[in-house]
Amino acid sequence: MKEIVVISGKGGTGKTSITASFSALAAGDLVAADCDVDAADMHLLLKPDMALAEDFYSGETAVIDPDACIACGRCYEACHFGAIHSAEGFYAVDPLSCEGCGYCARTCPTEAITNHPGKAGVWYSSTTRLAFTMIHAALGIGSENSGKLVAHVKKQARAAALAQGKPYVLVDGSPGIGCPVVSSLSGADYVVLVTEPTVSGVHDLKRVYELVKKFNIPAGCIINKADINTAIAATIRDFLELEHIDQLGELPYDENVTRAMVAGLTIVEHDTGALRETLQDAWKRVRLHVDSSTQK
Amino acid sequence: MKIAFTAKGTDWKAEIDPRFGRTDYIVIYDDVSKVLSSIDNRSVEDVAHGAGPQTAQKLFDLGPDVLITGNGPGGNAATVLQKTQLKIFLGAGGLSVEAAYDAYKKGTLATFA
Amino acid sequence: MPDIVIASGKGGTGKTTVSTNLATLLAERASVVLVDLDVEEPNSGLFIKGATEKFREVRNKMIPEWKADACTGCGICQKVCSFHAIVKLGKDIMIFPELCHSCFACSELCPADALPMQPIRMGETTLSQLGSLTFVESRLDIGQEQAVPLIAQTKAMVAHELRDTRYRIYDAPPGTSCPVIEASKNADVVILVTEPTPFGLNDLGLAVDTMRKLGKPIAVVINRSGIGNDAVEDYCHTEGIAVLAKLPNDRRAAELYSRGECIYTELPAFRTELEKIAAFVRSLPQGGRP
Repeated sequence: MKEIVVISGKGGTGKTSITASFSALAAGDLVAADCDVDAADMHLLLKPDMALAEDFYSGETAVIDPDACIACGRCYEACHFGAIHSAEGFYAVDPLSCEGCGYCARTCPTEAITNHPGKAGVWYSSTTRLAFTMIHAALGIGSENSGKLVAHVKKQARAAALAQGKPYVLVDGSPGIGCPVVSSLSGADYVVLVTEPTVSGVHDLKRVYELVKKFNIPAGCIINKADINTAIAATIRDFLELEHIDQLGELPYDENVTRAMVAGLTIVEHDTGALRETLQDAWKRVRLHVDSSTQK
Repeated sequence: MKIAFTAKGTDWKAEIDPRFGRTDYIVIYDDVSKVLSSIDNRSVEDVAHGAGPQTAQKLFDLGPDVLITGNGPGGNAATVLQKTQLKIFLGAGGLSVEAAYDAYKKGTLATFA
Repeated sequence: MPDIVIASGKGGTGKTTVSTNLATLLAERASVVLVDLDVEEPNSGLFIKGATEKFREVRNKMIPEWKADACTGCGICQKVCSFHAIVKLGKDIMIFPELCHSCFACSELCPADALPMQPIRMGETTLSQLGSLTFVESRLDIGQEQAVPLIAQTKAMVAHELRDTRYRIYDAPPGTSCPVIEASKNADVVILVTEPTPFGLNDLGLAVDTMRKLGKPIAVVINRSGIGNDAVEDYCHTEGIAVLAKLPNDRRAAELYSRGECIYTELPAFRTELEKIAAFVRSLPQGGRP
């Protein structure tokens, strides 16, 4: 069973649209995982049924019992995150700023402070309209995105793939370079980088690739909107060659990508021409690289 | 001598857990008293970061001489374990605790540098 | 002097396009500071060409350092660390800086003062000047996982050093989690940039919920108007959220953006809409909240 993770560094390059297209092309062979838990969108194209939903807990939040609080202020002095403020003669914790370190609770002389596991979000196990299993989640507002929910989604997806005998887990990864991306990459067999030929796209591609290199995972790249800047597209190709990153394909700037999304379809379901063909070829290349890599 | 194993269960037939930081159990065999015991590490699932150091701390507090595992400890855990006198052996992933112990005695496991 | 945060739920909707074009337009007539708080992937600077770097400062986070000579081996530090950043091996204490959240508990609860907090590098901040536009960017080092402390320090620096600037515009990170909260929590107004598509609508809803939880006044800018459908505009209307402008969908805008170039100086239709956002900003009371 091989895990393929699609990331981009920069948001808006088409990562989710392309991942959804791959999932439609390989519908019988995979379990999908939407690890972009902060702003998940893949469900809008795949219509998962959310058959199983479970609360997810991560980190802790301190709570001050106003009846036990004697307003000595020791917790206020201890908190280095500015999460404690005084209100009507007592002290209270702002849950959006609380880091869950527990220091305040240790300083309280009346034991008025308790640490509560924080509900960070909800995760779902679903069957999509294309009949494969999708594991996805929604992170609560202001929740810490430590990567723990991402790790949980991946773990569930891997377990489902093993149980169903599916050869692939396809992961829609998180943007950026922080914890959720690190968590998305952990255990991956292959990374698909989606980029665009813009100064921002190249900048962010190089930064996220530093992270991929650290993990030593083979990677391939799709250049989306490739024709909006041919000069930068060429520099990207040079970078890919230099770093031995597989060139999986190039998609033109095409409003049909958005039309597919508005229609609630993946690109390959909506399009019958060049876009579909390019994505099919790209997926074939991904499978070739993944299937030929050394067995785990 | 105390030999520790990362395992998916608590008895001799349990499979070795290839992971260190997020191993389900740590099984300890005392070859003097011939007693097999274990600690449950599954609460590590709730840990977002720092699984390696946390498990290394738990292992250290059990006082083993040898650790037998699969893939080996990750960065942080390795940093901790390298400071101890512990001898670490790798490559037992997929074997039962019993088979891993035999392999260790026969000297067929790889050592962790 | 109002603090205006430009945010979005979804990445790639045009946050940086709006913040850089808006800042440049406003700077034609007044002093502006543009602050890039997307510390994991800061790329507003690519659009501010010809600025002169005035300073570059390393930004540190505070991490405990173990003083073996003072240590009594009580183990309190290891017990009070909620993030597993401290391991006690017999007489030795080991600290894992990347796991540390800088809560200071171990340091301040140590009975022997054996864990003084020391600064270690997490990233850097640069300040550049182009005419009356001051550009501040903070960049997290690769491998550093926590954006929030760097965002907080950058805001503090701007509040302190650039207090007298007429307009302060902050380009926030995408999403709705901690870094966005930190970037937005002191804003006088939050402008959410979206696109008129199903993904745009979905993520706008998340961003609106977030900003409402923070109690922030919200306004929306629709980018790439015409590319999708009317659902976003209908949503704003239903929710009573002002749509300040609808930047037109134009392939030429994408091409200019790809080169890191200013769009409003080249596309009049874009400028017309951008002026609406500028007018809104100029109308904000100088004290802050609208």
